[in-house]
Parts: sequence; structure tokens; C-alpha cells
Amino acid sequence: MRKPMQLFGRWPVTLLIFLSICCSASLFAQEADTATDTEEVAPVAASTETSPAASAQSEFDSLVKALTQGSLPKRAQTAKKLAKLNDERIAPIFAALQQGTLYATKSEDPLVAIAGNANTFTDAISGEKISTNTDELKRVPINNTMRTQLRTLLAALNLNDKNAAVRLDAVNRMIADGVDDDIIVLLQERQKTEPDEDVRTAITAAVALMNLQSSDQQVRLDAIQILRGSLQQEVRTALLEIATNDADNKVKQQAQFALDSIEDRITAFRLTENIFFGLSLGSVLLLSAIGLAITFGVMGVINMAHGELMMIGAYVTWVVQQLFPNQIAYSLMIAIPAAFFVAGLVGIAIERGVIRFLYGRPLETLLATFGISLILQQAARSIFSPLNRAVELPEWMSGSLVINPVLSITYNRLYIFIFGLIVFFALLAILKKTSLGLKVRAVSQNRAMARAVGVRASWVDAMTFGLGSGIAGIAGVALSQLTNVGPNLGQAYLIDSFMVVVFGGVGNLWGTLVGAMGLGIINKFLEPYAGAVLAKVLVLVLLILFIQKRPKGIFPQKGRAAAD
Amino acid sequence: MLTQRLLLSDRGGMIVLGLVLLAMVLVPICNILVPESSSLHVSTFMVTLLGKFLCYALLALAVDLIWGYCGILSLGHGAFFALGGYAMGMYLMRQIGPRGQYGDPLLPDFMVFLNWKELPWYWQGFDMFWFAMLMVIVIPGLLAFIFGWLAFRSRVTGVYFSIITQALTYALLLAFFRNEMGFGGNNGLTDFKDILGFPIAANGTRISLFLASGFMLIIAYIACRYIVTSRMGKIIVSIRDAESRTRFCGYKVESYKLWLFVFSAVLAGIAGALYVPQVGIINPGEFSPLNSIELVVWVATGGRGTLFGAIVGAFTVNYGKTIFTSYSPETWLFALGALFVIVTLVLPKGLVGLFNRNKKAPVNTVTAEPATNTPETAKEPV
Repeated sequence: MRKPMQLFGRWPVTLLIFLSICCSASLFAQEADTATDTEEVAPVAASTETSPAASAQSEFDSLVKALTQGSLPKRAQTAKKLAKLNDERIAPIFAALQQGTLYATKSEDPLVAIAGNANTFTDAISGEKISTNTDELKRVPINNTMRTQLRTLLAALNLNDKNAAVRLDAVNRMIADGVDDDIIVLLQERQKTEPDEDVRTAITAAVALMNLQSSDQQVRLDAIQILRGSLQQEVRTALLEIATNDADNKVKQQAQFALDSIEDRITAFRLTENIFFGLSLGSVLLLSAIGLAITFGVMGVINMAHGELMMIGAYVTWVVQQLFPNQIAYSLMIAIPAAFFVAGLVGIAIERGVIRFLYGRPLETLLATFGISLILQQAARSIFSPLNRAVELPEWMSGSLVINPVLSITYNRLYIFIFGLIVFFALLAILKKTSLGLKVRAVSQNRAMARAVGVRASWVDAMTFGLGSGIAGIAGVALSQLTNVGPNLGQAYLIDSFMVVVFGGVGNLWGTLVGAMGLGIINKFLEPYAGAVLAKVLVLVLLILFIQKRPKGIFPQKGRAAAD
Repeated sequence: MLTQRLLLSDRGGMIVLGLVLLAMVLVPICNILVPESSSLHVSTFMVTLLGKFLCYALLALAVDLIWGYCGILSLGHGAFFALGGYAMGMYLMRQIGPRGQYGDPLLPDFMVFLNWKELPWYWQGFDMFWFAMLMVIVIPGLLAFIFGWLAFRSRVTGVYFSIITQALTYALLLAFFRNEMGFGGNNGLTDFKDILGFPIAANGTRISLFLASGFMLIIAYIACRYIVTSRMGKIIVSIRDAESRTRFCGYKVESYKLWLFVFSAVLAGIAGALYVPQVGIINPGEFSPLNSIELVVWVATGGRGTLFGAIVGAFTVNYGKTIFTSYSPETWLFALGALFVIVTLVLPKGLVGLFNRNKKAPVNTVTAEPATNTPETAKEPV
């Protein structure tokens, strides 16, 4: 009797560590990926002391400072001079000036800063973070004439950038903003020397877009041929314009053909996007249902407080962020294990305090845990106020992966999808490969027999429940990245997660995976036709009908364990 | 003989019904005849509050009938209640006529606001009281019939049934929130003017509604007693205690469950219909799963499987709620949550069980089965 107990005592700890390491490791890996991406897009911080000579350096400094002071025409001259210098820092400064995020102090020797997210400032010259005197920084004024001038300058700068991605981005932005004669000249010049294939194609498209307005019929026809492969909204608008209004019938017809082929491709991409949205919703459902698959599916305990355990996880994320306000990027690494522990401990307390007296009485368990959920919700309201709290998204999770103009995927959803799968497989491994998992399965299959061979059944109950609750906490961390954190956070997902578990088949983790993804995709595909709310209603109705047909879910348990 | 069977053998029920009758006599007297300065005066607000509680008691009765006697825990009874309420609300809405904000003789205000040109087909006929009352019974009954037929036929039992009933009321909640449904969306139906020609806010109407709720409760109680003391009642209890065994004895378990479920849903619908004119509003919030589960706790607090326990529970919990929410609304959810836990852990027989400890339970429980692996069916004694 003693030996298994000792063995078992070590397990929970090992398991918790294992799980948290899994999670953090994956997140680190993802962060490394994105770090390189962001460097390419925003080359502000990098390499200031390397190339330029000291004189060029001081010229740059003084020009940048002059750019923020004095009359507008004078500053326009300064901008032109500045553009001639070969310096990587110019493009971001111009962009900031254009968007009104360039700030400077009023003096002979001003401090020039670029505003980032949430009141952070970076020195435009040194690239260092500015923490003092931010109150004195005033926005640098700009008018429309200068904006237009800056646009051309910026376009030229970006077109000559060393990085192909920046060039491509610049060309695409030009297409989106509309092309005028000045820029076309720039583009045509660049086209001759451009080494990168993608950028060349994009430039060709931009030139072709301009050529659509040409008076020569053949030029227009050629342009249409070139634009056939483009997916950009502006191209479609231009083609549509030609297809309806062009004087020449042949051009009209060709434009229509080109449009049709573009539409076909767009439909295909939309489908892909829908599937991804479905999978993304599915991964959220999966995360919230996995914990339930343990407590409900394996232990047979109806835990109505499951949603509130998720809420606890989300609040833990928020609290961790409040504790380390300057480490937003890493706070998730702390939040994930912390949420697991806190939610797990609350879960164990619930199991020891209430649920263990109610085994074998599922309806009573349901009521008691519902009461607990009310208490936890009200506690959250009393402690954190009923208002929603916004969890700040770390930089590597914001933004989106743009595959083409029609299809883009937000990073946070992508990561949550991956994260959901990682948690799922980690849990699967725990249940199938570890001795805790073995004991959990043994107790759930035949409690008396498991006890007879020396498994401490009540200990296993507590640990299993803690595990399921901890995973609910982790799901809360993921949810906090998608929505605001509030006392009602979990409630919204409770019924959905029960649906997923019932749909997939109780006591079957694979069923939960398939059920979550299936429900997610069905939901997203119904949405365009029926609207978000009605889609949800329809899914619920479909599910109720489905349970009629297969009361035990997609993957019913077989054999002796299935008998209830 | 019948009185003996229905009432005399049921001491707790006699006491509770006596109290209800006493209230029905005293409350109108204290409201109308006793001057306002007297400490015995019952304000109109109090009359409405008690009327509301009577509706809740009726609703709790409906839940106790299926949960306490048949072991079907429905977490969606609020839906039937709300549907009955909406049917009544539609009648009251049509009674407003041209007196609405926009003065349209036919369309309720919210439809004018949404630029609807004509009355949707499902609003036809609700200007007639008898039709609306028919719908109060038919709509919840029909929904319960379809839903129950599907669920019981495929033997969805125990917790699964509870969860899909909760999903049902959740789905209805979402649906009724939509403006396109034509039930007033978020705001629901309100601004009622009169019922059967009587102004709805008048003292006399309030008292009549209070009395109607009281009568309905008594009638429903006797009907429920009739069912549970009949032969059918015995089969229902045996379904609760050993469903498979009853089935193997040759009883059609599904039909018994189905008819009981439909009857209970109809009772809930009637409760809703009486509730709406008293509170003056019906909105999708009534469909919220929390409401449905809260009413289950009324029954659990009072003591299930006794019928009168449900009435006791509905009054106690709601009175507590009124007190708590007026002193400190914050603590109410704590108290309610604690109530859930305490009732299930410490007071499985509810408040009634405290008084009845040494006496024979009103319904004979079958001898406890040996512990098996069938928790849902075996361990559900009163």
C-alpha cells in the first residue's frame, strides 16, 4: 500500500511542471519566429553606429531636428534633403510624420520621438526608449501638401530599400492608395533594376493599373491580361469600372473575363478563410471543453463551475500583467503555469469540499457546482469590480499574417489554435502514458477494483479534478487574449463546452477534438447565411437532433465502461 | 373518498393550502378595507409581490412534479414559463391598440419602430382573450411534446437531459433577443394598458390577478396530487427509482414521462401567463438559463417530491431574495450560491424535511437498491 502512494505523490508535481514547460517552450519558439518578422518591418532600432561617417551622422541629426521646427515650406525642403541621405531611420520617421505619430519638444535642440503603442516613445535618432519628459513632447504638425510630398518621398525610399519585403509592401500600398504620374515614373525606373521576382510582379501590376486608363485600346487589353492574376480590391474596382463603362466592347469583354477568374480565386480563398475561422473557434471550444472532458467525461462529474475556473485563469493573466507591466511579452509564460496552479487548486478545493460527498448523485452535483459558480462569479465581481478588464496583447501576438490581399490570419488566433492542439496532446499523453493517467482510467472504469489493487481512489479523484480545473485555467489564459476579462467570461462558454463533450462522445478525448473543430466549422459556415446569433441557435438545434440519433456522441465508448 | 386521497392524507399540503387560502382572504381585506394608516394595511406593491410569488410557487410545483416524482431534472422550465408569458404579453400588446407611442391601430410600437408594414401571421388572433389563453397552454405544451418526444424516445436521461433542456432555453434566449423574431427583441413586450378592459395598474385588477394566481395554484396543486396519488403516479415514482425495471415490467416509460413533462410545461406556461400582467413586462431575460436553474433550487430548498415543499421553497427563497436584494444586492448571489451547496449537502430533503423528520414521507420510497454502477437511476430517493 505504501509504495504506490509515494510514487503517486511525486506525480502531480512532475505533471504540472511538464505541462507548463510544454506550454512555455512552444510559446518561446513562436516568439523567436515573429521576432525576425518584426525586425524586417520596422528597422528603427537596429544598427545606428555601423555605416555612416561622423559628418553624415551629424547632418542626419540636424536635419531630423530641423524637420520638426519652423514653417511648413522650410520643413518640406528639409524633408527633400533628408531623403537624399542614405539612412535606414528616415523611412520610419517619414511614416510617423505622415501618420501624426511623430512628436518633438519645442526648443533649439529638440528631442524627436516616435510614438508607439500605449504611450511609449522611442527616440527617432538613437532608437532608445524614452521614459522621461514625455509630457513635453508635442505632435509635429503637418498639412496636406506636405503629406502628398512625403508620400512620394517615402515611396521612393521604400522602393530602394534593401529588404524585398519592405519593397513589396511599398508597391502594394501604392496600388491601394492609387497611382499618380510621379509614382509611375519611380516605379518604371525601379522595374528595370528590381532583382526580386515578387516585387517585379507587383510593380508590373501597379503600372498595368495605371495603363488601364490609357487611351490606346491595345495598352488597355495588355493591362487587363497582366491584372488577371491580381487579388487586390483596387484592381477589382478598376476592372469592374472598365467592364461596365469602357467604350470598346472587346476591352469590356476581356475585363469581364479577368474579373470572373479573379472572383473564382477569391471564392476559394474565402472558403479557406472560413475554414480557418471555424478551426479557430473550434480551438477555443476545444480548450474550454478539454478540461470538461476530464471532469465530466472521465470522472462523470457535472461541473457547472467549469466556466468560472476559466474565468479564474483569465483573471490570473490580468493580475500577472499588472504585476509585471513592463514585461507584457513574457507575462504569458508566467500566466500559463500560474493559471494552471490557481485554477487547479480551486478545483481541488471544490472537489474536496463539496463534490466528493456527492459522487453517484449527478443531479445534486450539478446543483451544488452551480451554486459554487455563482459564488465565484460574485467573488470576482467583488474583488475585481463588475467591469471588464482588458488584457494587453503581447506584440508578437498582435497583427496578422497576410497571405494575400484576400486571406489574412490574425496571429492571436493562429497561436491559440496551435496552443489548443498542444494542450490537447499533452493531456492525451498524460492520460495514456503516465501512471497518473493509468490510475485515472482505472478508477473511472472500476472504482472498487482499482481500490482493491491499491490505488488511492479519493486521491486520484482530487488530482483528476485538479487537472481538469487547471486546464480550464489555461483555457482562460487563451480566452483572455481574445476577449475582455469579466466575471461572466466563463458562463458564455459553459453550455458550448458541454455541447462539445456530449457531441464528441463522453469519455473520449479524440471525440472532444473532432467535436470542437466540427462545431466550430459548422458555426462559421452557417454564420454568413444566418447571422451569428441564429447560427448559434441552429447549431444548438442541430445538436439536439444529433443527440437523438446518436445519444452517445460521435465516438461512443464501447465495452463495459459504456454501461451506465 | 377522493378528498381523503387528495387532501386529508397530505397534512403538509393541507397546511400550505390553508395558508394560501388564508392569504387570499386576508390580503384583499387588508388592502381594501383597512385604512392606509393602519399597520395592518397591505400595500398594492405587496399584493403584486405576493401575486408574483404565487406564480413562482406554481412554477415550482410544475418542476417538483417532474423532478421530485419522476426524476427528470429540467433546467429549461423557465422557457415554458416565458413562452406562456409571451403569449399573454402578445394579448396585452394587442389590447394597447392605438394608444401606443406611435398610435398605430394594429401594430405594436416596436414593429412601427422597425418599419414593419403589417402584423406577422403569428400575431394574428392574439387580440382575442380566449385565443391567447389557448396559446398559453398549447405553445409550451407543444414545445414540451416535441422536445420530450425526441428526448425520451432516444432515452436521453439524467444529466444529459438536464443539459439539453438548458441548451433549449439558451437557444430560445438567443432567438428571442433578435429583433427579426418579432417579439420586441431585447426590450421584450411592455407598456401594457389593460386586461379584459380593466386598467392593468389599478388596485382592483391587481387584487383580481392575485386571487386568480392563488386559485390557479390551488387547482394545480390538487391536479398534481391527483396525478401522484393515482396509479399513474405510482408508475411514475417507479420510473424515477428504477427506470429499466419499470420498462421490463411492460410499462411504456416514454409515454408516462412524456405526458408528465407536457403537463408540467403547461403548468409552467400558465404560471408565466399570470406572472406577466402582474410585473408588466416580459423580455428574453426570462429565458436565461440562470432563471431556470434558480427555480430548481426553490424546489430543492423547499423539499422535493412533496409538492407542497415546492410552494414553501418558492416563497422562502424569493422572500429571501427580496430582502437581500433590497439591503445589499452584492450578497444575494453569495447567499444563493451557498444555498445551492447547503441544500444539496446538508438538507437533501429541504426545509420540509426538517419538520417531517420522524414522520412517514408522503410518498413511499422503494427500498434502497444495493449500490450498483447505475447512479442515475438508483440513487434518487426523496
